[in-house]
Amino acid sequence: MQHHLVLNLVAKILIPFIILFALYVQFHGDYGPGGGFQAGVIFGAGFILYGIIFGKDLAVRVVPLPLVYCMTAVGVLLYTLVGVAGMLLGGEFLNYSVLLPDSIAGQHLGILLIELGVGITVASVMISLFFSYAQYTHRDEQQSDNQDR
Amino acid sequence: MIVNIILLAFLLTTAVYISRITILFGAVMIYGIYSLLCATMFVVLDAVDVAFTEAAVGTGISTILMLSALSLTGSRIEITHKRKPIMALCASLGLGAALLWGTSDMPHFADASAPANLHVAPYYLEESSEQIGIPNVVTSVLASYRGYDTLGEVVVIFTAGIGVISLLGRTTRRRED
Repeated sequence: MQHHLVLNLVAKILIPFIILFALYVQFHGDYGPGGGFQAGVIFGAGFILYGIIFGKDLAVRVVPLPLVYCMTAVGVLLYTLVGVAGMLLGGEFLNYSVLLPDSIAGQHLGILLIELGVGITVASVMISLFFSYAQYTHRDEQQSDNQDR
Repeated sequence: MIVNIILLAFLLTTAVYISRITILFGAVMIYGIYSLLCATMFVVLDAVDVAFTEAAVGTGISTILMLSALSLTGSRIEITHKRKPIMALCASLGLGAALLWGTSDMPHFADASAPANLHVAPYYLEESSEQIGIPNVVTSVLASYRGYDTLGEVVVIFTAGIGVISLLGRTTRRRED
């Protein structure tokens, strides 16, 4: 779809706003609707839109696949580590109140971090799902191109 | 009230249309519309967080992933309705009737004395601002009170991602042909 001028332009204008909106949803989830899950999906959708419009090869150059695969685990690890940190600091697993001297500030920090973990995992899983599909279509196109020649 | 009826009518129309349409591409797009209507329904029910999720996942990502899957399998394939599945129609009508009958026992929407609103919900609503201190109670329930459940959800998503990657993804470099 690299040759569609309108799609190209609209995507270039929209993608920064989609990413920005995802970050807003991510870090504003404490105050309004939203949170890590929705933010991750929107973030992933922004990248997938880029992948659809500009092709999988360019998208892979922005986020290398091994990095995406690692990030799926990083999110879960971040979530779990926050839980373990609560245990080490004398509370229960996933008790954020003990993370900071002030219990409410600790809750804020804990929620921020675990939402970030959720967001990272969801976004990278969505991106890797798309790439898993996309590389096959890409290969098939190449094969059919070769057959045409 | 009118909004509810209009939304439900639209939902019914799209649902019937999805089941009747023979072009897979069209079915995927209509499914996206169905999902968006569901999201609107959730907004009407004051569940904005759920509506947000439905709009992002159901309308956004699902449609894209279904289209990707279609481009793998070929979107030109059309479904053909050959048999007239009378038995299936009877079964689904019967099940629908049973479910409708079942709803007569359910508490009314936003009933304060409903069992779901009497168990832990009052505690969360009353103590959230004291204990967690953030305005969105949904987030405080999801992330703090129910942190285990959310961890479980993230692990489920992670596992699903790992499954798809190991089935479809190629981590090794492409072999030189």
